Amino acid sequence: MSDQNGRRRLAIIASKGTLDWAYPPFILATAAGAMNWEVAIFFTFYGLPLLKKRLDASVSPLGNPAMPMKMPFGPLEKIELPVPNLIMSNVPGFQQMATALMKKTFKKKGVATIEELRHMAVEMDVRLIGCQMTMDVFGFKREDFIDEAEIGGAATFLEFAADANVSLFI
Amino acid sequence: MADIPIAETLDCSGLLCPMPVVKTNKAIKNLEVGQILEMIATDPGSIPDMKAWAKQTGHELLEAKEEGGKYRFLIKKTH
Repeated sequence: MSDQNGRRRLAIIASKGTLDWAYPPFILATAAGAMNWEVAIFFTFYGLPLLKKRLDASVSPLGNPAMPMKMPFGPLEKIELPVPNLIMSNVPGFQQMATALMKKTFKKKGVATIEELRHMAVEMDVRLIGCQMTMDVFGFKREDFIDEAEIGGAATFLEFAADANVSLFI
Repeated sequence: MADIPIAETLDCSGLLCPMPVVKTNKAIKNLEVGQILEMIATDPGSIPDMKAWAKQTGHELLEAKEEGGKYRFLIKKTH
């Protein structure tokens, strides 16, 4: 209970922008918001595109050596495809297929979409801070991002995180 | 606990984390203090999560149990 109004605080740095890595910050932020915590997410480097008006996050098998590949339905549903990581990522169209499979599986299992979770975070007044430096480096403009996002730097995030009960780098 | 008057029922069947707690928190805002919200879920994780949510928010979890493959929660709004 560190802030003046007695609410707990969660401070998250979201540094990854693939579909799979987009989930943890938004799930934790909305769960904390549901418990009346104050929450801020600082979107930096590859996490910054998660604030874009139109989300286009995809899943990459590269760097996810333990990623199980399953068909979302049909007779192959129970079968895992242990395709070696380097082969997967070199097959043309694999990323699109993996993205579509993950979206279908998540939908079928009842997981909210990133768009839905982000919308809920906005409704809960989660602070969504876009990194100014990343914008400059990658050439993003303010109007690329949702209106509810605020733009700031490391000091903006740290000022909030200084009084956080939980701080996470994702 | 059939004699407890339920003000509203929220069905979170088929939804996974964090949706049951998020929707419960939204629904309880529309109740008056002292009223009871019934929440139904199918996610087994909703049992520990609802207990944690109640601890954090201070609302009273009167019941959290499995009934025929579903999980039923009774939550009393305390503030």
